[in-house]
Amino acid sequence: MAPEPSAEFAFEPSPAVPGVAGSEGRPIEAVGPWGAAWRRLRRNRIAMASLAVLVAIVACCLAAPLWADQVAHVGPDENNLTGKFERGGKQLYVVTPPPETKPVGPGWSGRYLLGADKNGRDEMVRLLYGGRNSLLVGFVSALITTVIAVILGLAGGYFRGPTDVVVRTTFDVIWSFPVLLLGIALGTALAVGGLHLGPIDIQAGSLWIPILVIGIIYIPYLGRPIRGQVLSLREKEFVEAAAAQGKGPLRIMFGELLPNLASTILVFGTLIVANNILTEAALSFLGAGVQLPTPSWGNMIGEGVNLLSTAPHLTIVPGLAITLTVLALNVFGDGLRDALDPRAKVRVR
Amino acid sequence: MLRFAVRRLINMAFVLAAISVVTFLIFYVFPGTNTDAQVERIAGRSSNEATRAQVKRDYGFDKPLSVQYSRLMEKFADGSLISYSNQTNVRDEIARGIPATASLVIGAAVIWTFFGVLFGVLSAVHAGGWPDRLLTALSMIGISLPVFWVGALLLYYLTDRIQLFPPGGYVKLTEDPWGWFTHLILPWFTLSILFIGFYSRLLRSNILDTIDEDYVRTARAKGLSERRVLVRHVLRNALIPIVTLFGLDFGAAIGGGAILTESIFNLQGVGQYAAQSVGSLDLPPVMGTTLYAAAFIVLLSALVDIVYAYLDPRIRLNA
Repeated sequence: MAPEPSAEFAFEPSPAVPGVAGSEGRPIEAVGPWGAAWRRLRRNRIAMASLAVLVAIVACCLAAPLWADQVAHVGPDENNLTGKFERGGKQLYVVTPPPETKPVGPGWSGRYLLGADKNGRDEMVRLLYGGRNSLLVGFVSALITTVIAVILGLAGGYFRGPTDVVVRTTFDVIWSFPVLLLGIALGTALAVGGLHLGPIDIQAGSLWIPILVIGIIYIPYLGRPIRGQVLSLREKEFVEAAAAQGKGPLRIMFGELLPNLASTILVFGTLIVANNILTEAALSFLGAGVQLPTPSWGNMIGEGVNLLSTAPHLTIVPGLAITLTVLALNVFGDGLRDALDPRAKVRVR
Repeated sequence: MLRFAVRRLINMAFVLAAISVVTFLIFYVFPGTNTDAQVERIAGRSSNEATRAQVKRDYGFDKPLSVQYSRLMEKFADGSLISYSNQTNVRDEIARGIPATASLVIGAAVIWTFFGVLFGVLSAVHAGGWPDRLLTALSMIGISLPVFWVGALLLYYLTDRIQLFPPGGYVKLTEDPWGWFTHLILPWFTLSILFIGFYSRLLRSNILDTIDEDYVRTARAKGLSERRVLVRHVLRNALIPIVTLFGLDFGAAIGGGAILTESIFNLQGVGQYAAQSVGSLDLPPVMGTTLYAAAFIVLLSALVDIVYAYLDPRIRLNA
C-alpha cells in the first residue's frame, strides 16, 4: 500500500485528525496502544476500503441461501440440462442442446445472472455457495494454524531445552516438504479414505479435510517468527518480574508473553487467511481439496478450464472472486502492520 | 568448520528419518489402518484380486506397522515403487520429469530474480512517488493471483485465440532449442509472477531499512556517487535475506512447487506427474514424489547451510 507522507508521531500533528495530542484548542486525550493503532488504521483509506470490500464479500457469501431461494430459485447442485429460462423477454436454453452443448453466459436476469455451468447449474448460486466454502476453509484453517503455531512457538521459546528441540524439529520437518506437495499428499491420502485417527473420525469428502490439511502445512511459517520473538521477550525484565511474583509458566506464557505477540499474530493471521484461500483454490483445482459436487472457488475453476473456449465465464468469474478476496486481505494485512507497528512503517525521505 | 558440517549432517539425517516417518503416517496411518482399505489405497480402486493379493504380500499389510514401514523404505531406497494403475516405475517417471521441471524452474528463477530486484530497487529509490505506488500495487496484485488461473487464461488467450505462442507441452532442449524456449516463455512468466511480487516488496523494505545505516552515510560522506552507494553498499546488504529466500523457493519449486504451472502448460514435469496421479487417486506416485522431493530439499538446505557457514564465519560460530 502507499505510505502516507505525514508524520506518525505527535510532534507534528496532522490537523485533519480530531483528538490528536496537541491539536489546537482540544484537551489531550489519553489513547492506549490499541486505540492509537485503530486511529492510524482508520486514517489509511486504502486499508479501510479493502476492509469494506472484505465485509461485502463475506456478507454476500453468507447470503447465498437468500439469493438461491429468492432470486435464482435454484440450489447450488441442481442440474438443468434440458430446461429454458427467460432473459430480457426471450426464452433461452440453459445449455444449448447437442451437438453444441454451450452453457448460457452472463446476462441481466435473476436466474443465471452469471450464466450456467456445463450441468446447467446456476453459476451465481454456485459462486456464492463456493465462496462460503472457500472462505470457511480459509478462515478456519488460518485459525488452526495460528493456535497451533502460537502454542508451539510459546512453548519452544519459553521452555527452551528439549521442548524447543521437539518444536524446532516439528517445524523443520513440515518445512522440508514443498508446501503444495504436502497439501496434495495429505489431501489425496485423506480424500480416498477419510481421516481415522483415534477419536478423530472424518469421512472422505468432508470440508474438515482441506481445513485440517491447510491448517497444518503452514504452521512453521507463523511458528518460527513467534518462537524467535518469544526467545527475545523471555529475557525482558517484565518476565523476570512476573516470575518473581510467583507466576507459573502457563500464566507467564499466556498472560505476559501472548499480549506482546498480539500484533504479530494479528498481522500474520490476516496474511495467512489470504494465503490459505489461495492454497485451498490450488488444492481443489488439482482435486486434493474441496471435493465435488461441493462447490469451492478452486474446483469451480478446475471445472471451468476445460470449457474456456465455449464458456470463459466459468473460469474468469471464480478466479476474479479469489483475486479480489485475497487482494483485499493482503492490502488490509499490510495496513494492519503499518498501524500496529509504526516503527516498521517504511520511512519516506 | 568441520564440527559445524558434522553437526549439520547429523541434524539432516535426523530430519530425513522424520520426514520418512511423516510420509508413512500420512499414507498409511492417518487414513485408517484397516488392511483391506490400505491395500485398496495402494493398488487402486479398480485393481483385481491378484494385484491386491500381491500388494498385500509385497507391502506387508498383514504385518505390524513397523514391518510395513521398513518394507516401504526398502522400496524407496531401491527404487522399486510402482504405480499399479498403469504399471510404471515411480522413480523412472520422476527422473523422466526432471529435465522439464528444471528447465521451467531455472528459467523462471532468472526472470523472477531479475524483475524482483529491478522492481524492488525502483520502488525503494522512488519511495512514496508514483513509480513506487504503481509497483507496490502491481506486486500486491501479483501475490494475490491464483497461479493456475493466470496460467490457464494466458494459455487460452495467447495460444488458442491469437496464436502468439505455441500451445502447451515440453520440447527437449537438445532436440529443438528454439522450440524449447518458445514453449517455456509463458510458463516461466506464469511461475514468476508470485515471486516477483514477494521479492520486490521484501527488497524494497530491506533497502529502506539499510539506507539509514551509518556505513551508508559514511559512503555518501566520502563522496561516492549515489549509484555506487546503492549498488555497492546498500544493495549488498539488502540482498542477503533475498538470497536466503531464493534458496528456499528454488528448492521448493524444483521439488514439486511448480506443480500448478506444469499441469496447466502440460510440461510433463515432476509436479505434473504428481498432479495426474492425484486426479486418478493413484497413491504410489504421490507418495514417491512427496518423499523424494522432501529428501531433496533437506539435502539441498543442509548443503546451502554448510556453504553459508564456510562463507560467513558468524554463522558457524553462533550455531
